[in-house]
Amino acid sequence: MSTLTDPPKPGFRLSQLIYDTRYRSITIQVVAFVLILLGLAWLVNNIVNNLAALGKDFDFGFLSQSAGYDINQRLIEYDNQMSHGRAAIVGILNTLLVAFLGCITATVIGVVAGVLRLSKNWVVSSLMAVYVEGFRNVPLLLWIILIFAIMTESMPHPRDFRGENATQSMLMGDNVAVTNRGIWIPRLAFTNSVSGQEAVAPVDGATPVASGGLDWLLVLGTLAISIFAIRQLGKRADRIQSATGERPTTWWQQLAILIVPVGLVSFFLGMTIVSPYLKGFNFAEGVHLRNSLIALWFALSLYTGAFIAEIVRGGILAISKGQTEAAYALGIQPGRTMKLVILPQAMRVIIPPLISQFLNLTKNSSLALAVGYMDVRATLGGITINQTGRELEGMLLLGAFYLVLSLLISAGMNYYNQSTQMKER
Amino acid sequence: MSDTHAQTVPYVRKTMVEQSPPPASEIGVVKWLRENLFSGPLNIILTLISLWVVYWVVSHVGPWLINGIWDADSLSECREIRNATMGEGTSAACFGVIGERWQQLVYGFYPKEAYWRPVVALLVFFAGLAPVLFASLPRKLLYFTMASPFLMFMLLWGGSIWGPIAVALGFGVGYAAIKLISPINGLLGTVAAIVLPILYWFLIAGPLAGAVNSVLPIGLEYIPSKDFGGFLLSSIIGVAGIFLSLPLGILLALARQSDLPIIKWCAVTFIEVIRGVPLIVWLFTASLLLNYFLPPGTNFDLMLRVIIMVTLFSAAYIAEVVRGGLAALPKGQYEGADSLGLNYWQSMQLIILPQALKISIPGIVNTFIGLFKDTTLVVFIGLFDPLGLAGAIRASTEWNGIYWELFLFIGIMFFIACFSMGRYSLYLEKKLQRDHR
Repeated sequence: MSTLTDPPKPGFRLSQLIYDTRYRSITIQVVAFVLILLGLAWLVNNIVNNLAALGKDFDFGFLSQSAGYDINQRLIEYDNQMSHGRAAIVGILNTLLVAFLGCITATVIGVVAGVLRLSKNWVVSSLMAVYVEGFRNVPLLLWIILIFAIMTESMPHPRDFRGENATQSMLMGDNVAVTNRGIWIPRLAFTNSVSGQEAVAPVDGATPVASGGLDWLLVLGTLAISIFAIRQLGKRADRIQSATGERPTTWWQQLAILIVPVGLVSFFLGMTIVSPYLKGFNFAEGVHLRNSLIALWFALSLYTGAFIAEIVRGGILAISKGQTEAAYALGIQPGRTMKLVILPQAMRVIIPPLISQFLNLTKNSSLALAVGYMDVRATLGGITINQTGRELEGMLLLGAFYLVLSLLISAGMNYYNQSTQMKER
Repeated sequence: MSDTHAQTVPYVRKTMVEQSPPPASEIGVVKWLRENLFSGPLNIILTLISLWVVYWVVSHVGPWLINGIWDADSLSECREIRNATMGEGTSAACFGVIGERWQQLVYGFYPKEAYWRPVVALLVFFAGLAPVLFASLPRKLLYFTMASPFLMFMLLWGGSIWGPIAVALGFGVGYAAIKLISPINGLLGTVAAIVLPILYWFLIAGPLAGAVNSVLPIGLEYIPSKDFGGFLLSSIIGVAGIFLSLPLGILLALARQSDLPIIKWCAVTFIEVIRGVPLIVWLFTASLLLNYFLPPGTNFDLMLRVIIMVTLFSAAYIAEVVRGGLAALPKGQYEGADSLGLNYWQSMQLIILPQALKISIPGIVNTFIGLFKDTTLVVFIGLFDPLGLAGAIRASTEWNGIYWELFLFIGIMFFIACFSMGRYSLYLEKKLQRDHR
């Protein structure tokens, strides 16, 4: 007979804090926490001392003071009497503009280059390999400066377009002008504008046109509704197919829904194309894409496109050939195999690194500094800091902007990852 | 049966026909061209477009390169030579700018008579790196690897030889502390190995170096950081950033994967804040704001600040790469290490990290390539990297208006460095995969 006896319960000894794994983790964390707090306190103390020594305070009031500098490219109303805060927002919008344009073109370039690099055509695939390796292995800054230099130094001057025997002519039926001051492209405007803006004639003797937010809202709103209707039509076709096995032909209906309503709205608003034309020593009207925007946009697109090409190639290679063969064995047509079997799987591999490339592109747009593009770093983190002497506050706000942007994008990416995760045991 | 068959058909061949060669369109170049370049309408169009692109590039760049003029002291002289020898309007590169300025692009403002020092430092760097990269070399060479950072510092900056030696002694103090105290008390040994060298560096190293130097002054001419420039500067920032950020990145990754919530959240915050903000903003922080964070009156070298910032920046990226490697290991490896009774550091050192780092090598090398390319950003805070020097050369009166030649030279230099790093990573990946099977 043996009796079970409780093991002796020793009292808590201090040495257990170090030697007992149950308590050691707490000790380590408390020590680390205290050390980190001490480090932070040291930093804050230094900041307070340094600010006091310089006679400065910590105050964001400068944001409402008058900025007093001009911004050559702006998406919203701004003049130099407006506040530093407004200037910062103009800069933020410029950053987002170049990031948005860059993401779209980089994706197009990257997908095309990635697919072509997998082509069996030796000339095409090696050309794409040269593009990808060339752009991936040379600093982005060099591409930005090089494209800017090409634009400013080897493009024709606007005066070369003048006169009877001009040495240069505009491209695409006198609609696009490429000069060393930037590129002018046509813009869309409305003769029957409903926005209430005063209509101005672009050239003497032409019909007055205006272009306001309400007009664009109408056009884009119609487009959005049409796209929604097209999707509903597609879903209805799916339902009919799963009920009867016959898929109704819908492509001409979808095309009509896409074109007719937008065409009607544009017709009633009197949408016209306003082309740039030479006026004095420069071009007038149309949209002026500055060299800084062009250089930044092209360089970011080509550079990020090379990375995206590698991602796309990896994603397609990651799907085993058996998937295609199995789909063919089930009698699925090649087009639908791509749409229903290959792409959904490849997308799961491609999208997360793709989004982090978008994030990189957005952060890299801060290289705008090299060509004088007025992004948020140039307004809030550049001129505003220099004029007000508020380095600490300005850099904090700038850092916070980029941080919030990237956290938002990564939150979106995490949500996507979770929703497309492979459902396994 | 066969007999009847033989009688019903009028003729049966009794011998084999000579094998005839395959049709001309099914062999050799023709077949390859048909299958690879002209297999369908789309492929034909793609081939023609690509060939046109290649032709266009070659026909524009070829003459420009071949007509290149190497012996000219300014762009106008270049143009004169071109007009005299080849006629006006010929496309000709002016490589005179590289012939005249390559030393500046490579060394910056480093004194001419000391150009041998960076070259020797580069050789020391490769000699130190070789035993790490290639496992077939004798292991004894690793001692040279350990000494090489101090040797390189000596060669590049110069000054008294005793400074680097006194600093190196600090590591000896730490090693001695572990060897002597750990057998008596493990924890005390670890603490002593951290605290004693720090005390030594702060209190003893400086006076010691000064004292020895006053007795026995040996050393090279001191060269201040502001004279560094060009590829020399890029390489120093890149190499220092790479080697300092690797251990820091691994520690951060371990902290992020740790079970201790406070440590984990500190690491997560650090990594996300660093990664969320562009490097340019951090570089401006280093040049504008670092004085706010340090005790009043401290001021140190801009290059050192940049190296610190670049190190912290790439450490956060490396931490994410290594974390991927840690997460990719099967859970059984962690449990196996635990069941052998290994403690945390032992299991990490012997079981987990060797496998996790192996998986993360391509990512780590990609981070390094990115870091090396990002060293060009230091131009914005007033350091003269190759692009900054290119800007200065383009602004000079002799070379105003030149850009293709300069950027071609800089681009090729960066391409060689980054491309070879990428190829090494591929080689390593393949080799490790083979070992694994």
